[in-house]
Amino acid sequence: MCETCGCSAHQTSAKDTETVEVLGRLLDANDRAADHNRDHFDDHRVIAFNIMSSPGAGKTALLEATIDALKPDFRIAVIEGDLETDNDARRIRAHGVPAVQITTGGACHLDARMVHEALHDLPLRQLDIVFIENVGNLVCPASFDLGQHRNIVLLSATEGDDKPAKYPVMFRAADLVLLTKMDLAPVLEDFEPLRAEKAVRDLANAAPVITLSARKRINLDAWEAWLRGEIAKIRATQQTVHSANEARHEHHHHPAVA
Amino acid sequence: MHELAICQALISQVRDVVRERSGRVQRVRVGIGPLSGVEPRLLEDAYPLACVGTCAEGSQLAIEQMNIRVRCRICGAESEAAPNRLLCAACGDWRTELLSGDELMLLRIELETQEEPMESANV
Repeated sequence: MCETCGCSAHQTSAKDTETVEVLGRLLDANDRAADHNRDHFDDHRVIAFNIMSSPGAGKTALLEATIDALKPDFRIAVIEGDLETDNDARRIRAHGVPAVQITTGGACHLDARMVHEALHDLPLRQLDIVFIENVGNLVCPASFDLGQHRNIVLLSATEGDDKPAKYPVMFRAADLVLLTKMDLAPVLEDFEPLRAEKAVRDLANAAPVITLSARKRINLDAWEAWLRGEIAKIRATQQTVHSANEARHEHHHHPAVA
Repeated sequence: MHELAICQALISQVRDVVRERSGRVQRVRVGIGPLSGVEPRLLEDAYPLACVGTCAEGSQLAIEQMNIRVRCRICGAESEAAPNRLLCAACGDWRTELLSGDELMLLRIELETQEEPMESANV
Protein backbone atom coordinates (compact mmCIF):
# COMPACT_ATOMS: atom_id res chain seq x y z
CA MET A 1 0.00 0.00 0.00
CA CYS A 2 2.64 2.46 1.06
CA GLU A 3 4.62 1.62 -2.01
CA THR A 4 2.01 2.92 -4.38
CA CYS A 5 0.86 5.99 -2.52
CA GLY A 6 4.33 6.85 -1.17
CA CYS A 7 2.86 7.82 2.19
CA SER A 8 5.37 8.18 4.99
CA ALA A 9 4.65 5.60 7.59
CA HIS A 10 5.44 3.36 10.29
CA GLN A 11 6.60 -0.13 10.42
CA THR A 12 4.16 -2.39 8.62
CA SER A 13 4.12 -6.07 9.38
CA ALA A 14 2.69 -8.06 6.57
CA LYS A 15 2.58 -11.80 6.48
CA ASP A 16 6.11 -12.36 5.29
CA THR A 17 7.63 -8.96 4.66
CA GLU A 18 8.58 -6.25 7.07
CA THR A 19 9.03 -2.66 5.92
CA VAL A 20 11.37 -0.51 7.98
CA GLU A 21 11.10 3.25 7.47
CA VAL A 22 14.49 4.87 7.77
CA LEU A 23 14.67 8.39 6.31
CA GLY A 24 18.42 8.79 6.74
CA ARG A 25 20.85 10.75 4.62
CA LEU A 26 22.92 8.36 2.52
CA LEU A 27 26.10 10.25 3.27
CA ASP A 28 25.36 10.50 6.98
CA ALA A 29 28.66 8.81 7.93
CA ASN A 30 30.64 11.20 5.72
CA ASP A 31 28.72 14.20 7.07
CA ARG A 32 29.49 13.17 10.65
CA ALA A 33 33.17 12.75 9.79
CA ALA A 34 33.08 16.19 8.14
CA ASP A 35 31.56 17.75 11.28
CA HIS A 36 34.32 16.11 13.28
CA ASN A 37 36.94 17.67 10.97
CA ARG A 38 35.25 21.06 11.33
CA ASP A 39 35.43 20.71 15.13
CA HIS A 40 39.16 19.96 14.81
CA PHE A 41 39.63 23.09 12.70
CA ASP A 42 37.54 25.26 15.00
CA ASP A 43 39.21 23.97 18.17
CA HIS A 44 42.55 25.04 16.73
CA ARG A 45 41.17 28.24 15.17
CA VAL A 46 42.19 26.97 11.76
CA ILE A 47 40.25 28.00 8.65
CA ALA A 48 39.74 25.42 5.91
CA PHE A 49 39.09 26.18 2.25
CA ASN A 50 38.05 23.40 -0.15
CA ILE A 51 39.28 24.19 -3.66
CA MET A 52 37.56 22.40 -6.52
CA SER A 53 37.69 22.51 -10.32
CA SER A 54 38.19 20.33 -13.37
CA PRO A 55 41.74 18.99 -13.90
CA GLY A 56 44.10 21.68 -15.13
CA ALA A 57 42.00 24.72 -14.22
CA GLY A 58 44.91 26.10 -12.23
CA LYS A 59 44.28 25.13 -8.59
CA THR A 60 47.94 24.49 -7.78
CA ALA A 61 49.16 27.60 -9.61
CA LEU A 62 46.60 29.67 -7.69
CA LEU A 63 47.76 28.16 -4.39
CA GLU A 64 51.40 28.87 -5.20
CA ALA A 65 50.63 32.54 -5.83
CA THR A 66 48.35 32.70 -2.79
CA ILE A 67 50.90 31.16 -0.43
CA ASP A 68 53.50 33.72 -1.50
CA ALA A 69 51.04 36.56 -0.91
CA LEU A 70 49.67 35.39 2.45
CA LYS A 71 52.73 33.78 4.02
CA PRO A 72 53.87 36.93 5.81
CA ASP A 73 50.53 37.11 7.68
CA PHE A 74 49.28 33.51 8.01
CA ARG A 75 50.66 30.07 8.78
CA ILE A 76 49.47 27.93 5.88
CA ALA A 77 49.33 24.21 5.03
CA VAL A 78 47.90 22.38 2.04
CA ILE A 79 46.20 19.00 1.68
CA GLU A 80 46.60 17.76 -1.88
CA GLY A 81 44.17 15.28 -3.37
CA ASP A 82 45.22 13.46 -6.52
CA LEU A 83 44.57 10.10 -8.12
CA GLU A 84 48.30 9.50 -8.41
CA THR A 85 51.68 11.24 -7.88
CA ASP A 86 52.80 13.79 -5.30
CA ASN A 87 53.83 16.34 -7.92
CA ASP A 88 51.45 19.00 -6.57
CA ALA A 89 52.54 18.53 -2.95
CA ARG A 90 56.16 18.96 -4.02
CA ARG A 91 55.27 22.16 -5.88
CA ILE A 92 53.59 23.49 -2.72
CA ARG A 93 56.46 22.50 -0.41
CA ALA A 94 58.84 24.44 -2.65
CA HIS A 95 57.03 27.56 -1.38
CA GLY A 96 58.01 26.73 2.19
CA VAL A 97 54.74 25.43 3.63
CA PRO A 98 53.79 21.91 4.74
CA ALA A 99 51.77 19.82 2.27
CA VAL A 100 50.19 16.42 2.80
CA GLN A 101 49.50 14.39 -0.30
CA ILE A 102 46.45 12.13 -0.40
CA THR A 103 46.64 9.76 -3.35
CA THR A 104 43.14 8.39 -3.77
CA GLY A 105 44.33 5.59 -6.05
CA GLY A 106 41.49 5.99 -8.49
CA ALA A 107 38.80 7.49 -6.28
CA CYS A 108 37.44 10.57 -8.02
CA HIS A 109 36.92 12.72 -4.91
CA LEU A 110 38.20 13.35 -1.41
CA ASP A 111 35.96 12.32 1.45
CA ALA A 112 35.92 13.48 5.06
CA ARG A 113 37.71 10.38 6.36
CA MET A 114 40.68 10.89 3.99
CA VAL A 115 40.96 14.51 5.11
CA HIS A 116 40.80 13.41 8.75
CA GLU A 117 43.75 11.09 8.22
CA ALA A 118 45.67 13.89 6.54
CA LEU A 119 44.94 16.22 9.48
CA HIS A 120 46.92 13.90 11.75
CA ASP A 121 49.99 14.69 9.66
CA LEU A 122 49.57 18.44 10.05
CA PRO A 123 50.62 20.58 13.03
CA LEU A 124 47.16 22.16 13.45
CA ARG A 125 48.24 24.07 16.55
CA GLN A 126 50.77 25.94 14.45
CA LEU A 127 48.46 26.79 11.56
CA ASP A 128 45.98 29.48 10.55
CA ILE A 129 44.78 28.23 7.16
CA VAL A 130 44.46 24.80 5.52
CA PHE A 131 43.78 24.75 1.81
CA ILE A 132 42.35 21.45 0.62
CA GLU A 133 43.02 20.99 -3.08
CA ASN A 134 40.39 18.47 -4.13
CA VAL A 135 40.74 15.94 -6.95
CA GLY A 136 40.31 17.65 -10.31
CA ASN A 137 36.69 16.82 -11.15
CA LEU A 138 33.56 18.94 -11.50
CA VAL A 139 31.16 16.15 -10.50
CA CYS A 140 31.99 13.91 -7.58
CA PRO A 141 33.72 16.21 -5.05
CA ALA A 142 30.55 18.32 -4.81
CA SER A 143 28.71 15.53 -2.97
CA PHE A 144 31.22 15.12 -0.13
CA ASP A 145 31.47 17.59 2.74
CA LEU A 146 35.04 17.60 4.07
CA GLY A 147 34.55 19.89 7.04
CA GLN A 148 35.69 22.98 5.17
CA HIS A 149 34.46 26.48 6.02
CA ARG A 150 34.18 27.65 2.41
CA ASN A 151 34.07 26.11 -1.07
CA ILE A 152 36.01 27.78 -3.85
CA VAL A 153 35.36 26.63 -7.41
CA LEU A 154 37.68 27.51 -10.29
CA LEU A 155 36.61 27.75 -13.90
CA SER A 156 39.37 28.43 -16.42
CA ALA A 157 38.79 30.53 -19.50
CA THR A 158 39.73 27.58 -21.73
CA GLU A 159 36.81 25.49 -20.40
CA GLY A 160 33.96 27.65 -21.63
CA ASP A 161 31.56 29.95 -19.79
CA ASP A 162 28.66 27.47 -19.75
CA LYS A 163 30.29 25.10 -17.23
CA PRO A 164 28.07 26.26 -14.32
CA ALA A 165 25.00 25.23 -16.35
CA LYS A 166 26.58 21.86 -17.16
CA TYR A 167 27.74 21.14 -13.59
CA PRO A 168 25.02 22.72 -11.45
CA VAL A 169 25.69 20.65 -8.32
CA MET A 170 29.30 21.82 -8.13
CA PHE A 171 28.68 25.50 -8.90
CA ARG A 172 25.63 25.66 -6.62
CA ALA A 173 27.94 24.66 -3.73
CA ALA A 174 30.47 27.42 -4.45
CA ASP A 175 30.96 30.25 -1.97
CA LEU A 176 33.29 31.89 -4.48
CA VAL A 177 33.80 31.30 -8.20
CA LEU A 178 37.18 32.19 -9.68
CA LEU A 179 37.44 32.58 -13.45
CA THR A 180 41.09 31.67 -14.00
CA LYS A 181 43.66 31.98 -16.82
CA MET A 182 42.09 35.28 -17.81
CA ASP A 183 45.40 36.29 -19.40
CA LEU A 184 44.24 34.01 -22.24
CA ALA A 185 40.93 35.86 -22.62
CA PRO A 186 42.11 37.92 -25.63
CA VAL A 187 42.55 34.73 -27.69
CA LEU A 188 39.45 33.01 -26.30
CA GLU A 189 36.77 35.18 -27.79
CA ASP A 190 33.98 32.77 -26.85
CA PHE A 191 34.63 33.07 -23.13
CA GLU A 192 32.47 35.80 -21.64
CA PRO A 193 32.87 36.29 -17.85
CA LEU A 194 29.40 37.87 -17.59
CA ARG A 195 27.83 34.78 -19.15
CA ALA A 196 29.64 32.59 -16.62
CA GLU A 197 28.39 34.83 -13.83
CA LYS A 198 24.82 34.68 -15.13
CA ALA A 199 25.03 30.88 -15.24
CA VAL A 200 26.03 30.94 -11.56
CA ARG A 201 23.07 33.24 -10.71
CA ASP A 202 20.75 30.85 -12.58
CA LEU A 203 21.68 28.32 -9.90
CA ALA A 204 20.31 30.74 -7.28
CA ASN A 205 23.88 31.25 -6.08
CA ALA A 206 24.90 34.74 -4.98
CA ALA A 207 28.61 33.80 -4.72
CA PRO A 208 31.02 36.49 -5.90
CA VAL A 209 32.70 35.82 -9.25
CA ILE A 210 36.28 37.06 -9.61
CA THR A 211 38.36 37.00 -12.81
CA LEU A 212 42.10 36.51 -12.41
CA SER A 213 45.31 35.01 -13.71
CA ALA A 214 47.68 33.40 -11.21
CA ARG A 215 50.56 33.07 -13.68
CA LYS A 216 50.38 36.66 -14.94
CA ARG A 217 49.35 37.98 -11.51
CA ILE A 218 46.19 39.65 -12.79
CA ASN A 219 43.59 40.73 -10.23
CA LEU A 220 45.05 38.63 -7.43
CA ASP A 221 44.29 41.52 -5.07
CA ALA A 222 40.53 40.91 -5.36
CA TRP A 223 40.96 37.23 -4.51
CA GLU A 224 43.26 38.05 -1.62
CA ALA A 225 40.78 40.61 -0.32
CA TRP A 226 37.98 38.03 -0.43
CA LEU A 227 40.14 35.53 1.47
CA ARG A 228 41.07 38.04 4.16
CA GLY A 229 37.42 39.08 4.53
CA GLU A 230 36.22 35.49 4.92
CA ILE A 231 39.04 34.67 7.34
CA ALA A 232 37.93 37.56 9.54
CA LYS A 233 34.27 36.40 9.42
CA ILE A 234 35.09 32.76 10.18
CA ARG A 235 37.43 33.74 13.02
CA ALA A 236 34.63 35.77 14.59
CA THR A 237 32.33 32.71 14.59
CA GLN A 238 35.13 30.49 15.91
CA GLN A 239 35.63 32.99 18.72
CA THR A 240 31.91 32.84 19.56
CA VAL A 241 31.82 29.06 19.44
CA HIS A 242 34.91 28.88 21.60
CA SER A 243 33.44 31.24 24.22
CA ALA A 244 30.15 29.32 24.18
CA ASN A 245 32.02 26.05 24.67
CA GLU A 246 33.97 27.48 27.55
CA ALA A 247 30.80 28.80 29.17
CA ARG A 248 29.09 25.46 28.70
CA HIS A 249 32.13 23.72 30.08
CA GLU A 250 32.08 25.80 33.26
CA HIS A 251 28.35 25.42 33.60
CA HIS A 252 28.69 21.70 33.13
CA HIS A 253 31.20 21.36 35.94
CA HIS A 254 29.47 23.69 38.36
CA PRO A 255 26.91 21.25 39.81
CA ALA A 256 29.62 18.67 40.44
CA VAL A 257 31.59 21.20 42.48
CA ALA A 258 28.58 22.41 44.41
CA MET B 1 31.92 7.75 -10.62
CA HIS B 2 31.29 8.23 -6.94
CA GLU B 3 28.10 6.15 -7.13
CA LEU B 4 29.96 3.08 -5.86
CA ALA B 5 31.04 5.03 -2.78
CA ILE B 6 27.43 6.17 -2.29
CA CYS B 7 26.22 2.55 -2.58
CA GLN B 8 28.77 1.41 -0.01
CA ALA B 9 27.52 4.11 2.38
CA LEU B 10 23.96 3.01 1.66
CA ILE B 11 24.70 -0.64 2.38
CA SER B 12 26.47 0.20 5.60
CA GLN B 13 23.28 2.01 6.71
CA VAL B 14 21.16 -0.95 5.66
CA ARG B 15 23.45 -3.20 7.70
CA ASP B 16 22.97 -1.00 10.78
CA VAL B 17 19.19 -1.14 10.41
CA VAL B 18 18.83 -4.89 9.80
CA ARG B 19 21.46 -5.98 12.32
CA GLU B 20 18.88 -6.46 15.06
CA ARG B 21 16.19 -7.92 12.84
CA SER B 22 15.69 -11.23 11.19
CA GLY B 23 14.92 -11.63 7.55
CA ARG B 24 16.49 -11.22 4.19
CA VAL B 25 16.79 -7.76 2.61
CA GLN B 26 14.42 -7.80 -0.33
CA ARG B 27 14.26 -4.22 -1.49
CA VAL B 28 15.96 -0.95 -0.55
CA ARG B 29 14.22 2.26 -1.48
CA VAL B 30 16.11 5.53 -1.84
CA GLY B 31 15.07 9.07 -2.74
CA ILE B 32 17.35 10.94 -5.14
CA GLY B 33 17.01 14.55 -6.21
CA PRO B 34 18.51 15.86 -9.46
CA LEU B 35 20.72 18.25 -7.43
CA SER B 36 22.17 15.49 -5.24
CA GLY B 37 24.97 14.94 -7.75
CA VAL B 38 24.05 11.27 -8.07
CA GLU B 39 23.03 9.71 -11.36
CA PRO B 40 20.21 7.19 -10.71
CA ARG B 41 21.22 4.91 -13.58
CA LEU B 42 24.83 4.73 -12.37
CA LEU B 43 23.57 4.04 -8.86
CA GLU B 44 21.54 1.12 -10.22
CA ASP B 45 24.65 -0.22 -11.97
CA ALA B 46 26.83 0.13 -8.88
CA TYR B 47 24.31 -1.32 -6.41
CA PRO B 48 24.67 -5.07 -7.17
CA LEU B 49 28.48 -4.71 -7.12
CA ALA B 50 28.44 -3.02 -3.74
CA CYS B 51 26.02 -5.65 -2.39
CA VAL B 52 28.27 -8.64 -3.01
CA GLY B 53 29.10 -10.39 0.24
CA THR B 54 26.83 -8.15 2.33
CA CYS B 55 23.45 -8.57 3.99
CA ALA B 56 21.95 -6.79 0.98
CA GLU B 57 23.23 -9.27 -1.59
CA GLY B 58 20.47 -10.23 -4.01
CA SER B 59 18.25 -7.32 -3.00
CA GLN B 60 16.65 -4.87 -5.36
CA LEU B 61 17.28 -1.12 -5.40
CA ALA B 62 14.21 1.07 -5.92
CA ILE B 63 14.83 4.73 -6.71
CA GLU B 64 12.28 7.48 -6.15
CA GLN B 65 13.26 10.51 -8.18
CA MET B 66 12.42 13.74 -6.42
CA ASN B 67 11.40 16.95 -8.17
CA ILE B 68 13.14 20.28 -7.82
CA ARG B 69 11.01 22.92 -6.12
CA VAL B 70 12.07 26.45 -5.24
CA ARG B 71 10.55 29.31 -3.26
CA CYS B 72 11.20 32.84 -4.47
CA ARG B 73 12.79 35.11 -1.86
CA ILE B 74 11.40 38.11 -3.72
CA CYS B 75 7.77 37.31 -4.55
CA GLY B 76 7.26 34.23 -2.37
CA ALA B 77 5.94 32.01 -5.15
CA GLU B 78 6.74 28.30 -5.13
CA SER B 79 7.48 26.55 -8.40
CA GLU B 80 9.21 23.64 -10.07
CA ALA B 81 12.59 24.30 -11.66
CA ALA B 82 15.27 22.70 -13.83
CA PRO B 83 18.65 21.75 -12.27
CA ASN B 84 20.54 24.57 -13.99
CA ARG B 85 17.76 27.18 -13.91
CA LEU B 86 16.59 27.52 -10.33
CA LEU B 87 14.59 30.61 -11.18
CA CYS B 88 11.19 31.68 -9.91
CA ALA B 89 8.58 30.60 -12.47
CA ALA B 90 6.34 33.51 -11.41
CA CYS B 91 8.64 36.54 -11.48
CA GLY B 92 11.83 35.11 -13.03
CA ASP B 93 14.13 36.22 -10.21
CA TRP B 94 17.18 34.04 -9.41
CA ARG B 95 17.07 34.71 -5.70
CA THR B 96 15.24 31.52 -4.71
CA GLU B 97 15.70 28.93 -2.00
CA LEU B 98 15.62 25.23 -2.71
CA LEU B 99 12.66 23.42 -1.11
CA SER B 100 13.48 20.00 -2.54
CA GLY B 101 15.62 18.39 -5.20
CA ASP B 102 18.96 17.74 -3.48
CA GLU B 103 17.87 14.63 -1.55
CA LEU B 104 20.12 11.64 -1.16
CA MET B 105 18.11 9.58 1.28
CA LEU B 106 17.57 6.03 2.38
CA LEU B 107 13.77 5.88 2.66
CA ARG B 108 12.90 2.33 3.64
CA ILE B 109 14.00 -1.26 3.68
CA GLU B 110 11.78 -4.25 2.94
CA LEU B 111 12.73 -7.48 4.65
CA GLU B 112 11.47 -10.91 3.78
CA THR B 113 10.82 -12.62 7.08
CA GLN B 114 10.75 -16.35 7.66
CA GLU B 115 8.03 -16.17 10.26
CA GLU B 116 5.55 -13.69 11.69
CA PRO B 117 7.37 -10.75 13.29
CA MET B 118 7.35 -10.90 17.09
CA GLU B 119 5.18 -7.87 17.71
CA SER B 120 2.37 -8.97 15.40
CA ALA B 121 2.54 -12.54 16.75
CA ASN B 122 1.77 -11.16 20.20
CA VAL B 123 -1.23 -9.13 19.07
